[in-house]
Amino acid sequence: MTIEIPQSFWLYFTFFALLLVDGLWCMLATHNLVRILIGLEILMKSVTFFLIVAGYLSGRMALAQALVITVIVIEVVVVVVVAGVILGFFRKHDSLDVENTRSMKG
Amino acid sequence: MIWMTLLLVVLVLAALWASMTTALLRAALGLALTSALLAVVMFSMGATLAAVMELSVCAGLISVVLVSVTSLTQRRPLKEALANRRSRLRRYWPLPLVLIAVGVALSFVHAPVEIALRVPAGDGDVRTVLWSLRQLDLFGQILILLAGVFGVLVLFRKEAKHDD
Repeated sequence: MTIEIPQSFWLYFTFFALLLVDGLWCMLATHNLVRILIGLEILMKSVTFFLIVAGYLSGRMALAQALVITVIVIEVVVVVVVAGVILGFFRKHDSLDVENTRSMKG
Repeated sequence: MIWMTLLLVVLVLAALWASMTTALLRAALGLALTSALLAVVMFSMGATLAAVMELSVCAGLISVVLVSVTSLTQRRPLKEALANRRSRLRRYWPLPLVLIAVGVALSFVHAPVEIALRVPAGDGDVRTVLWSLRQLDLFGQILILLAGVFGVLVLFRKEAKHDD
């Protein structure tokens, strides 16, 4: 089956790309673990946005919503577990600097 | 369409603020604002159930978790914070320029898009898709939630043992 995507796709794709670059830069330019988590969240926002756009443009919004709900559930679990890891890391090293992870085993 | 474009511009600006601001608390609030704006975008596109999930879970619960983590880990002296702000500015000043460059470059792309793919069955009501057609996804979600709960429990149990 072939789906013809309207021209407005490029407008949405532009904003998806902007969010993606923003999230990637936020993750790469910092040494702070909380800020890396915030960058990961922005990346997931871009993915969520693109899933909704895909459903909107292809006329299959129900499927897109089901996938977005799955993404949101996984997002929450990832954030809660990483937040717990960050707190444990801070209690051990008294710092949020990602450079300190080099001294860890593994 | 103009309203939607303006909404998306504000969404990207909120995400930019979340990544560029120096205080972690303000970054968490910027992320909450980004989630709320994304929920508005979803609602405008007709994804009402996903918009409610995004607003309640991402703009609510995740913001609470991030604010809690930030408040439990802020012990930096003022002098160090000021030095860190200058260092951050050096690392982040190209980001708005990069975003403008990406936006301008992509605004020139108007190629027709035609995607050939096998569309999976199931459309109509999101509840039908979620509860009837994608039951395996739902089962996976429950497993992931349980894994998350057990992960947090294990983390805190180890911490308690360490304290003893």
